[in-house]
Amino acid sequence: MKCRVCRGPAVVDVRRHNAGFCAEHFIDHVHRQVERAIDDFRMFSPEDRLLVAVSGGKDSLAVWDILLDLGYDATGFYLDLGIGGYSERSKQAAVGFAQRRAAKLIVRSLADEHGFSVPELARLTGRVPCSGCGLNKRYEFNRAALQEGFDVLVTGHNLDDEVATLFGNVLHWNVDMLGRQAPVLEERVIGGDVALVRKVKPLVRLAERETAAYALLRGIDYIVEECPMVAGNTQHRYKEAVTLLEEASPGTKHQMYFGFLQRAAQRFAGDAGEGRLVRCSSCGAATPAWDDGEAVCSFCRTKALAQRRREQGPPERKSRRRRR
Amino acid sequence: MKVRLRNPDREVEVTGPKTVAEVLAELGIVPEAVLVIRDSTLLTRDDRVEEGDEIEVRPVLSGGSA
Ligand code: SF4
Ligand SMILES: [Zn+2]
Ligand SMILES: [Zn+2]
Repeated sequence: MKCRVCRGPAVVDVRRHNAGFCAEHFIDHVHRQVERAIDDFRMFSPEDRLLVAVSGGKDSLAVWDILLDLGYDATGFYLDLGIGGYSERSKQAAVGFAQRRAAKLIVRSLADEHGFSVPELARLTGRVPCSGCGLNKRYEFNRAALQEGFDVLVTGHNLDDEVATLFGNVLHWNVDMLGRQAPVLEERVIGGDVALVRKVKPLVRLAERETAAYALLRGIDYIVEECPMVAGNTQHRYKEAVTLLEEASPGTKHQMYFGFLQRAAQRFAGDAGEGRLVRCSSCGAATPAWDDGEAVCSFCRTKALAQRRREQGPPERKSRRRRR
Repeated sequence: MKVRLRNPDREVEVTGPKTVAEVLAELGIVPEAVLVIRDSTLLTRDDRVEEGDEIEVRPVLSGGSA
């Protein structure tokens, strides 16, 4: 196979573009796809201060690397989830990358900020680790961005992530989630102050295989190992299912996601449930306004539950049913 | 040839020479879900691998295994 651009030997094949690329021209291809996503969805401008949520995995380090190459003002943010050796090694990957690129990285730990790790939270609340973890990440990423004065929060979600989410939302007809699924979530303001920072996903035009190839070709030392809590993750089953379809007909993922954005997303806009936001009476973060009394955000409710359980000892565990 | 699979890390033997596509087919691995690496360079589906080569098949879907 030959490079589409220079006719030299190809090292990556991108079947949905019916193209092979040498290393140099593949990196150009990745940069162009990201530039195009930033332009098409008006994600941000060179004046904006960007905070990149970095896990130490290939996608978040790749998006940070690309934004730095493209000349954006991008700072990394690593949240230590306290998941044993996995968190240690993923933090090293983030710190190592920041040092090599002489980029700014903010490191915070869940245990220091709130007094628990993801495994402890799961044990105390009896919920699956990924649900508490996701809640914590959303809360902490937004809080850090606001406290440190960033304009935009960047995540490393790629085309496969978005297609898997869309696939799951369609399988279960989560119309509210379909109404919110987009490459850009606009900031939300309460009383004139930003309460939810603008969120963007510059890798939506790149399949996960492309971000992995990019990280490898750029010599980015990312963590290949998976989080030990991931077992049985439904998101991953959806990725595998869609990847089988992609293998049989290249372009399926792109068609499903961008077709949704162009022709279907608007139809669910009214289902998004993006009602009025108020400030949490406990921590001040944004939370949906319910009619009854004062609002406490789901992060504070979960944290309070964990603290109560810690004082009382954990609940009797019944046989754990699988979440569907 | 030695084929190194990840998550969990393990090694299997495949006889060569073969194309990358043939090796993956023999192992029942979907090519779209992995990168194939030899001596820290990436291989495409039509590249040939020989007896005596060592290759790594790295899953690219997070949460994945190969
Ligand atoms: S797999 Fe689950 S617990 Fe692990 S980092 Fe991802 S969301 Fe958190
Ligand atoms: Zn080339
Ligand atoms: Zn709160």
